[in-house]
Amino acid sequence: MEILVCARRVPDTSENEIEINAAGNDIERDELVYSMNEPDNYAVEEALQIRDRVGGNVTVVTVGGEDDEEILRRELAMGANRAVLISDDVFSGSDGRGIAAVLAAFVRQGHYDLILTGVQAEEGAAQVGGMLAALLDYPFASLVNSIVVEDGKLRVSREIESGNREINEIELPCVLSIQTGINEPRYVGMRGIRQVASLPIPTLGASDVGVDQAAVGGKAARAKRVDYFIPALSKGALILHRSREENAAQVLELVAAKGGLK
Amino acid sequence: MVGTYSSAQIADWLVSGRNLFLTIHVFGVACFVYIVARRLVPLVRAQRDPRFDQPLARLGRVLKFWLGQWKHPRYNFAGILHILIFAGFILLAARAFTVLIVGVSETFVMPGLSGKSGHIYNIVTDYAATIVFLCMVVAAIRRLVFKPSRYAVPAKYGKGHTADAVFLLGLIALLMVADSLFAASDAAGHAQRGQPAETLAVLSLPWLLQVVTGSMPMATLWILNVTAYLVHEVTFYFLLCYRPFGIQFHVETSLFSIYFSKLERGTLKPVRWGVPDEHLDQVKSFGVKKFEDFTWKHMLDFYSCADCGRCADNCPANAAGRPLSPRFITIKARDYAFQHYPVLGRADNSNPLIGTIYSDDEIWSCTTCGACEEECPLLVEYIDKIVDLRRGMIDDGNVPQSLQKPLKALESRGNPYGKLEKKKADWVKSPELRQTGPVKVLDGKNGADTLYFVDSITSYDDRMQSIGRSTARILSHVGEDFGILGAAEKDSGHEVRRFGEETLFLALRDHNTDAIKASGVQRIVTADPHAYNALKHDYKDVPPVEHISQVIAREVKAGNIEFSPVENEANVYAYHDPCYLGRHNQIYDDPRDVLDAIPGLKRVEMKRSRDRSFCCGGGGLMLFYEPKEEQRMGVLRVRMAADAGANVIVTACPFCMVNIEDAIKVAGMEGKMSAIDLTELVDQHLVREGCIRAVCTGEEKLQTATCGG
Repeated sequence: MEILVCARRVPDTSENEIEINAAGNDIERDELVYSMNEPDNYAVEEALQIRDRVGGNVTVVTVGGEDDEEILRRELAMGANRAVLISDDVFSGSDGRGIAAVLAAFVRQGHYDLILTGVQAEEGAAQVGGMLAALLDYPFASLVNSIVVEDGKLRVSREIESGNREINEIELPCVLSIQTGINEPRYVGMRGIRQVASLPIPTLGASDVGVDQAAVGGKAARAKRVDYFIPALSKGALILHRSREENAAQVLELVAAKGGLK
Repeated sequence: MVGTYSSAQIADWLVSGRNLFLTIHVFGVACFVYIVARRLVPLVRAQRDPRFDQPLARLGRVLKFWLGQWKHPRYNFAGILHILIFAGFILLAARAFTVLIVGVSETFVMPGLSGKSGHIYNIVTDYAATIVFLCMVVAAIRRLVFKPSRYAVPAKYGKGHTADAVFLLGLIALLMVADSLFAASDAAGHAQRGQPAETLAVLSLPWLLQVVTGSMPMATLWILNVTAYLVHEVTFYFLLCYRPFGIQFHVETSLFSIYFSKLERGTLKPVRWGVPDEHLDQVKSFGVKKFEDFTWKHMLDFYSCADCGRCADNCPANAAGRPLSPRFITIKARDYAFQHYPVLGRADNSNPLIGTIYSDDEIWSCTTCGACEEECPLLVEYIDKIVDLRRGMIDDGNVPQSLQKPLKALESRGNPYGKLEKKKADWVKSPELRQTGPVKVLDGKNGADTLYFVDSITSYDDRMQSIGRSTARILSHVGEDFGILGAAEKDSGHEVRRFGEETLFLALRDHNTDAIKASGVQRIVTADPHAYNALKHDYKDVPPVEHISQVIAREVKAGNIEFSPVENEANVYAYHDPCYLGRHNQIYDDPRDVLDAIPGLKRVEMKRSRDRSFCCGGGGLMLFYEPKEEQRMGVLRVRMAADAGANVIVTACPFCMVNIEDAIKVAGMEGKMSAIDLTELVDQHLVREGCIRAVCTGEEKLQTATCGG
């Protein structure tokens, strides 16, 4: 099975202190460390496990810049067969639909049976998977937490209320957005990354993938970010600023006062 | 031999007997040589391990741990029993050899054991055989009646080993009886013929048997004598050839195991011996994945294990109900070797060990505390094997999710918490440090003689920052010109390495080594035993390092530190030895000397202290790992302190502090038990210049202007 995983590099929420920049239109990016978007990592692991069961290849693709090679290298170290970086200045300012258009153009150039995305990017809006499926006119299943490969189709499940599972059958080729917890992604350390240091990662531009340039970039974007702000302190919110012990004592008092402790 | 019958028939018997005995000799020796050669097959295919250096040091260890049985009395009864059996075996070696040869060449006498010395030797060995026989009886009774719990085999590890143990004890007892009966019937025969006979040692087993058989007819004696000889010979060779199939193989292998044992403490074996760090990228596979990835010495360890259960008996992971028993790490590997490198048939060694004989959780459960290695009479190594197995798992990407985040954070941020580098020195901004003057950050503009290596947990954890501040105040107090690396200091990587992530460890080590060298310091002090061990044993070319307890002890001795008396005289203190300060680095007395220098401080020892200290739960990455366990090691430890009558546990390691403070809460002992770091306790009791003694106790009082140090 030929599997494509669309991945993205994001600021690692567990290793950064996210602050809003002075202009108020983005987060402060100077000292951020980045990593693979976590759900995308699960998607790659799932792709590798399917490949190891039924054969085929796993390609990982990202739309971004030079720095994003870092995550592609990591996915190659995990065991992906190929990684592709799609990068072009004209993509700058694209909204989710623009990114989906780039990926759709890339998909049309190849022959993929299965396309996986993470359920959403940690700084994203869970748009690209669905839009990519629509642009390709492929069936789409979201929030997938298990995949069973059958002849020409898949049985996929997603979690619904109270931990129950819903099973769907979906024809190939298709697009799935993968939920974390579907598997246990393997560890990749510096050694693994060094071992794939010499593998080439081709970079494709807008013309290489044949995307209509009118469909991408800031001008084509129909959803635009206009502001970033920290919610104003509203009534009822209380921030404790004293020492840990004092804060803990005060929390106890407050909870007790509200009748939370019996 | 009785040899006094003169009929032709007997002569004929003797010749036939001689041929029979000779045949058994040749067959027995050939079998043994073949079996041992087969047992050496995996060792030949194993990884290299250079253990041929320092012959004098190694001989010293043989004298101490093999001939001297140094570790045995740690388990008093079993230990003494073993010493008696061992001594008996050593004494009986020449006698057994003589007896074997006599069957073929009747007049053989061991060189040096003729005449008077031979007579004395016979008396000694009569008693030796008797003592060994009695020890076998006692050991069998222990196994069958008293059943010490450490010999039990949990169901998941297969059936019990008692039957095999008793069978072996029985064989040795039989050997002793046969040997004694042979001597007794020989002496009785001579006596009846009025010939000069060997005088048997009074009240020894041969003597008793001579008393019993003395009046038997010559023919019976003759049969007894030949039968005893035959039984002795067959039993001897059966044992010789049976031992390499079980725990008694240690009789042959222990000498080599101990000669080739690891000489240094606190160190780890490299990924591959003979491959320098900078060439590691060319090594295809890291660690131990299949059996032949072990080194030959580690395989020898598997053969040498005597299944005594002392390792597991002392293992805190085993005590807490984690799925790890060092004993079965060895026994399972030994059984794997026996099965996959059979005496008859082809070797088959392709299986991965993880998922077949070992489970992931088993290998991650170890805190590398070293209690097992400290206890093992045969000096079997465990930590290097566990780390090698982890290296293999890391290389295969098989790492628990709970450890992946901190490892990734260590890679990108240099600490397992994913905290910002620029915040590493935030702890020095505390008002508590104002009186002692600011702590220098050695960033190129500032220099100092001494580096205080803080490490991640003390830098970032707000509870442990107190240990950092106390350490800084103590160093200021004794006039040390010191500074910290601040943002340039990354995690020491001690646990990174012990969790098997060698490549990441090397990156952290190289970064820190450069930063330390750039700072120009002459020496390093740390309050974290894990950092101490890393800097001392894992790093190369860095200035000498000391743990803060060593510094304090020296300054106390030199009279540079004076303590105020303890405030609460009802407190009873127990010192908990951190594994990487105590067992791995032998620093037991300095912290105790410091505590004993505080006037009025009442200190008790826990039952498990010093080299038998019980790990609190492990440091570094172990804090992130979610073990499968019945209870926390820390809770067991806190209860031990309570049993000792203490209500304050003093430790000298930030990770111990995390585990013990958590355990006090989990055990519901808040208010009854508390924990304090040695540096905090010292800091509280320092008599500072210009201070009134009574005012200068208690941390909060230090912040008053009167206490400017």
